[in-house]
Amino acid sequence: MSRWFSRNLIRIYASLALIYLFIPVGYTMAFSFNDAGKRNINWQGFTLDNWKNPCGAPDICVALGNSLKIGFLSTLVATILGTMIAFALGRYKFRGRSSTNLLIFLPMATPEIVMGASLLAMFVNLNVNTGFWTTVIAHIMFCISFVVVTVKARVASLDPKLEEAARDLYANEYQTFRRVTFPLVLPGIAAAALLAFSLSFDDFIITNFNSGTITTFPKFVWISSIRGVPAQANVIGTAMFLIALFIVIAGQFIGSAKAKRKS
Amino acid sequence: MAIAHVSPGTSTHVNPERSGRRIPYLLMLPGLLWLFIFFIYPLINLAETSTKTRAASQETGAFVQTYRFANYLDAFIEYQDQFLRSFSYALMATLLALAISYPLAYAIAFKSGRYKNILLILVIAPFFTSFLLRTIAWKQILGAEGPVVSVLRALHLIGPDTTITASSFAVVMGLTYNFLPFMTLPIYASLDRIDPRLMEASGDLYANGLTTFRKVTVPLSMPGVVAGTLLTFIPAAGDYINAAILGNPTTKMIGNVIDSRFFRIVDYPTAAALSFTLMAAILLLVIIYIRRSGTDELV
Amino acid sequence: MVDVTSSAVGDLQLRNLTKTFADFVAVDDLTLTIPKGSFFALLGPSGCGKTTTLRMIAGLEEPTSGSIHIGATDITYTKPYQRPVNTVFQNYALFPHLTIFENVAFGLRRRGIKDVEGAVTKTLALVELGHLKDRKPGQLSGGQQQRIAVARAIVNRPALLFLDEPLGALDLKLRRQMQIELKWIQTEVGITFVHVTHDQEEAMTMADTIAVMNKGRIEQMGSPVELYENPKTVFVANFLGQSNLIEAAVQTNSGAETSVDIHGSRIILPSSRNKSSKSKVLVGIRPEKINIQTAGSSVGKNSLSGGVVTDISFVGVSTQYQVEMPWKQEIMVFEQNDGGAPNIRKGDQVTLSWEPHFTFALDSEN
Repeated sequence: MSRWFSRNLIRIYASLALIYLFIPVGYTMAFSFNDAGKRNINWQGFTLDNWKNPCGAPDICVALGNSLKIGFLSTLVATILGTMIAFALGRYKFRGRSSTNLLIFLPMATPEIVMGASLLAMFVNLNVNTGFWTTVIAHIMFCISFVVVTVKARVASLDPKLEEAARDLYANEYQTFRRVTFPLVLPGIAAAALLAFSLSFDDFIITNFNSGTITTFPKFVWISSIRGVPAQANVIGTAMFLIALFIVIAGQFIGSAKAKRKS
Repeated sequence: MAIAHVSPGTSTHVNPERSGRRIPYLLMLPGLLWLFIFFIYPLINLAETSTKTRAASQETGAFVQTYRFANYLDAFIEYQDQFLRSFSYALMATLLALAISYPLAYAIAFKSGRYKNILLILVIAPFFTSFLLRTIAWKQILGAEGPVVSVLRALHLIGPDTTITASSFAVVMGLTYNFLPFMTLPIYASLDRIDPRLMEASGDLYANGLTTFRKVTVPLSMPGVVAGTLLTFIPAAGDYINAAILGNPTTKMIGNVIDSRFFRIVDYPTAAALSFTLMAAILLLVIIYIRRSGTDELV
Repeated sequence: MVDVTSSAVGDLQLRNLTKTFADFVAVDDLTLTIPKGSFFALLGPSGCGKTTTLRMIAGLEEPTSGSIHIGATDITYTKPYQRPVNTVFQNYALFPHLTIFENVAFGLRRRGIKDVEGAVTKTLALVELGHLKDRKPGQLSGGQQQRIAVARAIVNRPALLFLDEPLGALDLKLRRQMQIELKWIQTEVGITFVHVTHDQEEAMTMADTIAVMNKGRIEQMGSPVELYENPKTVFVANFLGQSNLIEAAVQTNSGAETSVDIHGSRIILPSSRNKSSKSKVLVGIRPEKINIQTAGSSVGKNSLSGGVVTDISFVGVSTQYQVEMPWKQEIMVFEQNDGGAPNIRKGDQVTLSWEPHFTFALDSEN
């Protein structure tokens, strides 16, 4: 028994760590079924009402809609801009390459509150009214670096021989990119887009500084948390969790199906 | 975060197209422009704001540039407790996260067999739920009316008035929890890269399990540990959500001060000076840390 | 629709081709003609410039100076996709996201060829892998990937096919089999094959003509037999097979025979095999050409006595002796294990002898 224990110590430890990770997720899920009305703090009994009517809480779906719109727009732009930088860094040798790397690293090493505050200070100084578009601008800004790092890893791991082979086989620059480079880097771009979307969707600090009177989902949760978060927020949180999990597992499944055919 | 180096061996053959001078700059132009306008310029602007003083009109939000560098000193002296607290909370959270993450990453990398991918998804999955919702969940789980306190009270392990939330313990726990995957994933990535034959070789050369771990596994996973600790420490030091939700007025971190200076007191210069001091302190610590840990894989 | 492969036919000519990287000269004033339809090998150690030469011909690298012609067509500065040249890459570079069929069809589709299906099927049949056309490259074994890489190149019927260390990733047995197969495919399709390798055995097995490259220049070019039996430089003598090279002083250098002095022994060689004009030369003799006898007796005309056997290793078809000469040089001797081998043991005093026409003499390298 004690031998079994010592041999599996690390597995037990890892399981406990995973349980720790999931406690608040489980709690959030469970309380999405709480028949609690506005003040979702104590368990009042099971109900499906919150799931049947996720927009039941005032303004919650407006906030969700804003978050989705901001998420899609900033993911789109950040993915394009970041992928272009990633190709430049992963593919070319040029003067200023290391300072560019530093510039990409800097936003990731800057506390969100500093980024949020500085951007707001600029908008205030320029008399720009903060709102939807200033939020999108801010989200694109902090997503770019994460896209660059994710895509660059994929670009760097790409065997340059494959592109040479394409050119050797009568593909011009455009065809080489279209038929070989892009399809091979695509999984990295998809992962980067997913990351950018989840960063944007979940961002509170920078958004809170730069969104003016616009409400996003995290902002809605924050504001309502003073009096008690409605159970509908748990419904949306749980739904987002399940959707993201589904996407990731589907991606894994496709990946492993491919790997299986290889062996 | 770890930015790979192009190995010199593979890049000796630079193609004519690839050495095309302008292409990389054109590719980077829009993205870098974005970062300059919405990241670098605001920082410069913030630096400028930080030395302003309140305008004579005393109108809210009106400031004039007086190059008053004493703003920094004033801000630091006034809020040194919050600074100290931010860094000590962030440090504690980082160490706790490391203690939780390393064995977890190790188990996933070496002990999980075919469940590796599933376990990796499990590590990331909690973070698909909004982090505010999760932090609020912790508040309620650990709160006065929550299950943990009820059980502990029923067992008479804590007094009827003792709470877990609204304490520095709860804030540190919240910080640890919130940045855990940022610690686990880089460590996992560098452990997973280790060729298992290196460990076998170490065993073959008379090292026992513990020695192999200390002399081979840990040094080779250092890039991941460095990346992970930075990715945990930096956001933790600047965070104010955990302190706001799980803390009390005596657990305020510097982020809370900046937030309230901006929104409630509308004292932009102080907020700017505090932001800069925070950023400078973090960058300084990061640079010292990277130098000391001898890893150049960042940046 | 321009079919690039039909526009240029004939011999491949490199004229004064030079490539420098910063201050390093990778290829140094190379002039070379590779006849149409031949199986040509560029052989040399890594870093000798052979891969750079190949990349320049393929259009993946631009020469610093010089020109490249196929027949009368100058292709020095044309883009890789405009050249009638295809490459079988080292490690194959098969597109991992495309099926085997689409990999082979890639070049045809880019050129807008009509009967893709027919051409691919025929070529896959040639490499006997038609049944794998719907698989992805990752699902194939190394040998199969190798054959697909060849099929992907030859389906385009290029004027030239490059093989860049094509067998490096295969194990020994498979490599032998692929050597024979490649040679067979070459005769079958009649395309000029240019084979780049550092493996002298591979080059000798497959190529009609070998050019040995060293430090960006061609040391010697010729048929495998010619290079092996008649090396012109120390580098070639050592790179192709093993050679014993012994310092010697030229005594007489007139007429058909040259005689040299090796530490007091007189050694004779045909004057045509003396590649040096100096008075101090290196005399070369291949290990398998030497007879080893117990001291006193000798079989060949040239003989060196006073050697002591320091090591014997049995390698199946032959036995290899290491003999230390009185001037402390180690000489290698290979004896066929055909029953005639003398009973010699470690420590024995031996005499080495060989026929004069196996001897060659070279300029010492410095």
